[in-house]
Amino acid sequence: MTGKTVSEIVAYCEDLFDDLNFTSAREWKKAKPGRKVIGYMPIYVPRELIHAAGMLPLGIMGGGDNLEVIHGDAYYQSYICRIPRSTVELGVSGRLDFVDGMLFPSICDVIRNLSGMWKTMFPHVYSKYFDVPQTYKDEIGGVFYTGEMRELLHDLEEIAGHEITDDDIRASIEVYNENRRAIAELYALRAQKPWQAPASEAYLVIRAGLVLPVEEHTKVVRDYIAAAAAEERPLKDNSRVILTGMFCEQPPLNLIKSLELSGCYIVDDDFVLVSRWLIGDVPTEGDPVHNLSQAFLHRSMSTAAKYEPNQVEKGQFLVRAVKATGAEGVIFASTSFCDPALLDRPILQNVLKQAGIPYIAFKYAENSGQMQPIREQAGTFVDSIKLWSAA
Amino acid sequence: MKPSVVKAQPQDVLKDASMIKQKQMMAAHYDRLTQAPETGAKVASTFVPGNLNELIMCFDLVNNLPEVNAIQSGLRKQSGAYIMEAERAGHSEDVCTYVKSDIGMMMKGNIGPNGKKLPDPDVLLLSYTGCFTFLKWFELLREQYKCPTIFLQTPYMADGKVTPNMIQYMVKQLKEDVIPTLEQVSGVKFDIDRLREYLKKSAQAEDDLVYILQTGKNKPSPIDAYFGGIYYIGPIFGAFRGTDDAIEYYRFLREEVDERLAKGLGPVTPDGPMAEEKYRLVVEGPPNYTSFRQFWKMFYDEGATVVASSYTKVGGTYDFGFRHDPDRPLESLAEYCLGVYTNRSLPMRIDMLCNYINEYEADGLLINSIKSCNSFSAGQLLIMREVEKRTGKPAAFIETDLVDPRYFSAANVKNRLESYFQMVEQKRSGKGAAA
Ligand code: SF4
Ligand code: SF4
Repeated sequence: MTGKTVSEIVAYCEDLFDDLNFTSAREWKKAKPGRKVIGYMPIYVPRELIHAAGMLPLGIMGGGDNLEVIHGDAYYQSYICRIPRSTVELGVSGRLDFVDGMLFPSICDVIRNLSGMWKTMFPHVYSKYFDVPQTYKDEIGGVFYTGEMRELLHDLEEIAGHEITDDDIRASIEVYNENRRAIAELYALRAQKPWQAPASEAYLVIRAGLVLPVEEHTKVVRDYIAAAAAEERPLKDNSRVILTGMFCEQPPLNLIKSLELSGCYIVDDDFVLVSRWLIGDVPTEGDPVHNLSQAFLHRSMSTAAKYEPNQVEKGQFLVRAVKATGAEGVIFASTSFCDPALLDRPILQNVLKQAGIPYIAFKYAENSGQMQPIREQAGTFVDSIKLWSAA
Repeated sequence: MKPSVVKAQPQDVLKDASMIKQKQMMAAHYDRLTQAPETGAKVASTFVPGNLNELIMCFDLVNNLPEVNAIQSGLRKQSGAYIMEAERAGHSEDVCTYVKSDIGMMMKGNIGPNGKKLPDPDVLLLSYTGCFTFLKWFELLREQYKCPTIFLQTPYMADGKVTPNMIQYMVKQLKEDVIPTLEQVSGVKFDIDRLREYLKKSAQAEDDLVYILQTGKNKPSPIDAYFGGIYYIGPIFGAFRGTDDAIEYYRFLREEVDERLAKGLGPVTPDGPMAEEKYRLVVEGPPNYTSFRQFWKMFYDEGATVVASSYTKVGGTYDFGFRHDPDRPLESLAEYCLGVYTNRSLPMRIDMLCNYINEYEADGLLINSIKSCNSFSAGQLLIMREVEKRTGKPAAFIETDLVDPRYFSAANVKNRLESYFQMVEQKRSGKGAAA
């Protein structure tokens, strides 16, 4: 117990969030010669492998609403979402000049193509499209995935200049298991007592995990849980909702706050999914790469960027989340022009309709400024939920 | 049932005999599809990139391609209404209009281009190749049809190479998932020799297709490799790869093109033979289908011929030597999927376009950026600048959509094209002065 207050911890995380020069990651790198930083984009990469190489995994989720995009717009048509252009801006403006490699996970065609753009624009930086299986049988998708991870490990060994042993990976898995446990506790607290750990704070605490070394981040999360649980905060007459669709381009912080102000307790969400992608502990005995693969195949989150082989299962994750958190409704908040989120939305909405769960939907961009319409829409939704449950 | 074919004689119907033949093939195919409920034929829906037509035929399944249906709706000016219908039902205005055209068509009774109802698919063969939207599209269709859905993942060729891990993954999927499920759905046992036979036929037609597309290197080019090219790729990208019909069609087309080549003629346009070839272009990106003729006219009226295009590689890239190979049947199906244009990394696409500009001695690159299509469009502005930089040839960028008429602004496109042609002229005269 460090005795830090909620506001101190949140202010620290907000500083990290606002810092588009990634000072903390730069300092980490500078602190010891030979240190390397590997950037990665949403939705998921096995950060354990980067950690095992002795490197810092650095999550890049676009530029938010504070980055002035000067060059980025020249790379994208108006009908493409915003995260790739602000990410290009971060690159072109030199804000990522200390990054030794970039991973572009398989999430959609925009980030897929960005992997090739990065190769073309920054030919001296290691960049890799990180493919993952969309089929989940051990002998098929599993073998492919371990092959892909082994290939990544091989590349990381070259960058690091040393071998990465299975024991290194096991140790890293353990460190990340600890982080996953802490985050799971934070989500549990939020679901139970959302007035004690509001989403706008929890979001900043989770996001800090993108830039901090994982060991430090776990401490921050635990400190926050302790401080938030200890603080007396008033319970409001809010409605409990789940936010979904925000798995890639992130909403402005203001948007999350606006939803809270309009009467929502956000009890679950899909922000920064990388930190919760693998559900539960990854075993540390046996072949660690195989274990990571097994966790990916059989115990990972559901989201629009992932194929659901079983029609009956499609969208049920949302219904289960509603039940588990006692949510009264779902808010579909999707990035404008986001194919995965927007194509998936009607299917998920049908599932919710059948389950009798109310929902609303709107779109946003990472630099959306006007919150009034969203506030009004959410406010009306909350009112209707209340009326509905009173009836 | 083999589609009925009227033999067209090159000497009878000189210029557009191949087109007539293709029309007949397509009509026969749509009849096969719409008659499926009566004939008892089973239907597999799948996609053009990663289309496993030879395999589908091994199970006596009829191949239905929703993308081609959307194109047909676009050409017939029905897609606009279908898209609106889908949007009214809650589909976002931001997403691919092929999907919405298909869903809108389904909502309106799924009437095919022959005016008859298309059958519900018996199986959705989700060949996830080069486009993320495919994955969602068939999840959407599965929700409606509730039929078996087979997933085949093609890894992305991000590093410009095919690795053994990729091939093994795909072959395993084919052996352990795709083929057994197709056997179940169709009740037909898989016969690898039958597959080999079809693959042999595919390769034969592919040879002719490559020959035809490469005649664009001649001056003048006897073909238009974009607007005309769309007709040329129809059979091989669709339900005919691996058939005798395709072999016959491409042999016939080759003769036709050879004849024009021998006479030093340019391509045939909807308004007759193209006059003088003034500009030679390479085009990147799909076309607009809702105003297809009008769009094409903007080119041939100015004497612009497209000598090579990337769109004619979306259903398979054959011009760098790949052929379906009967001796390595499953591996070659995997390689085929891996090689389709939209499954190639951006650096590979840049190389390909530069190569086309150089080899086909083009005046420059034109990008038709499609609002619907992130797979093609994301990164095209960088592609444009890189190709310009590397080839020293001017490039231009226009924006339209495949089948959404709301995104085709004829005046804008025409203006852009006109200033582009001027740019090409300037570049030429500039060069002349400098030399
Ligand atoms: S916001 Fe959506 S479309 Fe854009 S990069 Fe992310 S997943 Fe892709
Ligand atoms: S996104 Fe592009 S490749 Fe994919 S279905 Fe739509 S038009 Fe075709």
